[in-house]
Amino acid sequence: MLKRILALVRKEFLALFKDKKSRFIIVAPPIIQLLVFGYAATFDLNRIPIAVLNQDSGAASRQLLAHFRGSTNFQEIAPLHQNRDIAKTINSKQALLVLQLGPHFSRDLYLGKPAQLQVIVDGRNSNTALIALNYVHSIVLQFNNDWVKNHHGPAPPAHLQLRAWFNPNLESRWFIVPGIIGLLTLVVTMVVTALSVAREREQGTFDQLLVTPLRPVEILLGKALPGFVIGLLEGSLIILVAVYWFNVPLIGNLSALFIGIVLFLLSAVGVGLMISSLAVTQQQGMLGAFLFLVPAIILSGFATPIANMPTLVQQLTVINPMRYFMVVLRGVFLEGTPLALLFKQFWPMAVIGIVTLAIAAWLFRHRMQ
Amino acid sequence: MRLRGLVRKEFLQILRDPSSIAIAFLMPLLLLLLFGYGVSLDAKNVPIALVVEHPNADTASFTASFQQSRYFKPLFVSNMRQARSVLMSGRVHGIVRLAGDFSSKLRSRDGAAIQVIVNGVDANTARVVQGYVQSLWSLWLEQRATSAGHKLAIPVDVRQRVWFNSELRSRNYLVPGLLAVIMTLIGALLTAMVVAREWERGTMEALMVTPVAMREILLGKLIPYFVLGMGGMCLSVGMTLWLFDVPLRGSVLILFVAAALFLLAALGMGLLISILAKNQFVAGQAAIIVTFLPAFILSGFIFDIGSMPPFVQALTHVIAARYFVAILQTLFLAGNVWSVIIPNALALAAMAAFFLLLSRRMARKRLD
Repeated sequence: MLKRILALVRKEFLALFKDKKSRFIIVAPPIIQLLVFGYAATFDLNRIPIAVLNQDSGAASRQLLAHFRGSTNFQEIAPLHQNRDIAKTINSKQALLVLQLGPHFSRDLYLGKPAQLQVIVDGRNSNTALIALNYVHSIVLQFNNDWVKNHHGPAPPAHLQLRAWFNPNLESRWFIVPGIIGLLTLVVTMVVTALSVAREREQGTFDQLLVTPLRPVEILLGKALPGFVIGLLEGSLIILVAVYWFNVPLIGNLSALFIGIVLFLLSAVGVGLMISSLAVTQQQGMLGAFLFLVPAIILSGFATPIANMPTLVQQLTVINPMRYFMVVLRGVFLEGTPLALLFKQFWPMAVIGIVTLAIAAWLFRHRMQ
Repeated sequence: MRLRGLVRKEFLQILRDPSSIAIAFLMPLLLLLLFGYGVSLDAKNVPIALVVEHPNADTASFTASFQQSRYFKPLFVSNMRQARSVLMSGRVHGIVRLAGDFSSKLRSRDGAAIQVIVNGVDANTARVVQGYVQSLWSLWLEQRATSAGHKLAIPVDVRQRVWFNSELRSRNYLVPGLLAVIMTLIGALLTAMVVAREWERGTMEALMVTPVAMREILLGKLIPYFVLGMGGMCLSVGMTLWLFDVPLRGSVLILFVAAALFLLAALGMGLLISILAKNQFVAGQAAIIVTFLPAFILSGFIFDIGSMPPFVQALTHVIAARYFVAILQTLFLAGNVWSVIIPNALALAAMAAFFLLLSRRMARKRLD
């Protein structure tokens, strides 16, 4: 039995790698995408273009603006001179935000009256707007504290001590790069498995496979192993890049990480093969792959938290293997979550894997035209 | 005349295998429903642990602001050990701790410290939570000062105004952006396999012995799928406007011109993949890899392009979705801003021309 499965596995690998274009597609893009996306996918903002309309001539306004100019988060474009320039600068996206200081800014500040800093933000991308506003608030907070200290004003009765655990500088890359590991592993596995049965069906060779002494379970294993092996190899490679190239800390237990990957691959291969054996043509196989891949990624918590979704959609994510893998990846990488706490994530992936593989094996024989 | 025959044949093929129709209509419907409701960056009811070590009137006035806020769902715990364990198990996103000496320190010269700890794993949510806590804190300070009968002296007071999306509803920019992601998928999916299929089934050879020119074969492929794609686009725009209540402040006409240009670019890319691959297996693999993820991550749909490192920014210029996302977000939320629309529309037109002309060049009536 082992010999028969191995022969099938060998044939599957040949089918994937004998074609130069197909070989290239399986190997090159994941590595390139990891490097590009690892740099691209971040919610942190750098060099936010800002424009300043300063109608104040005092020293205090210059002092405040120096705080903005000194920050790497902001980059000032040419100064504005009139109120009506504001709309033009924002509309055309030359600046994401405009700081406006009125003519009495310094005077108010010295008199102890609240000096107003007007901030106008482009809300077309509301998340970017929100983050930029947070940066503005923290600069102003710092300025206010310094001002009170230097001018012997009364300190506020209570102040905040902000700290972040697991990711002290709140670098969103630490959050996104482990997510990309899951993303690319899933894509590679789908690329390898989703068309594998569909192609044989379309070409008629699957019927031939069925009349050989191979049992459905053996066909299933033969079809599943290549996707599994390629996913495991590429996943491990991507983890190495995440740790050694992007310097994302991996503080948890490697065995927990690999149990997670193995179970995730089991479920991904299962879904891929199920789609592939449902499809009669390759086009349907590809359509099915996308119909699974796109929601699985968007509703996995990769970029937008599951907790923000409406309850109905949250319940839907229960059948999404990606969502469990995301928790495992981030937990192991950043929090060092112990194995016992991850069990909650492990078993649903195992169930999804077993159920989909069983359905795939059943479909081999029962879906014939 | 010959072209009409080809178009007709393609339409018949579409009707026979309904998967193309499913791609054009079912997919946008399903994806927009899922994402329009599912994708949101607005954190509400964030679970947070409040550690009050010595409850009294002062701590109660502070914690009351958390209980009233719609941004937080507070969970009272009595010590840091418990708070730590609920944070580790993911039940709360952060901890706010008022130490035992909160009341006495409040009246001292240095003031009391409020410890705020966030789970930094999801850095974006963590930042948002910090921002919420800060605004609750300054509101509380103000209330305290007012009830004590004096005004709080704030040196610089930030007055913020958010244009185009004053409630900061993330759906308003995510849904228009999704249109670009979904149309990228549809465009590429519709055409990625159609020429490869003819090669693989040998019907391309049959077409070659007929007098039709390659140009006509390609146009015969392009026209039906363009019609189908625009149908899907209409459906998606309708859902965006009436189901998700995203305002459309610009002109509908410009929206559809831009959509047509974008669809041509997406279909062109699909055709090119299909021509280069010559077999459906490779074409399908290529379509899965080069369409969705780049459009999702590099288009500015969710991650800000201006903050990416320069070499990645340069790379985003070859992603057609990037230009369409810029046009969509501007048209829907800001209006007809020509300085944004014209350069991006020109870029889309250039990309469409590039892909279509390259497809034309690469497609030869030749067997190899």
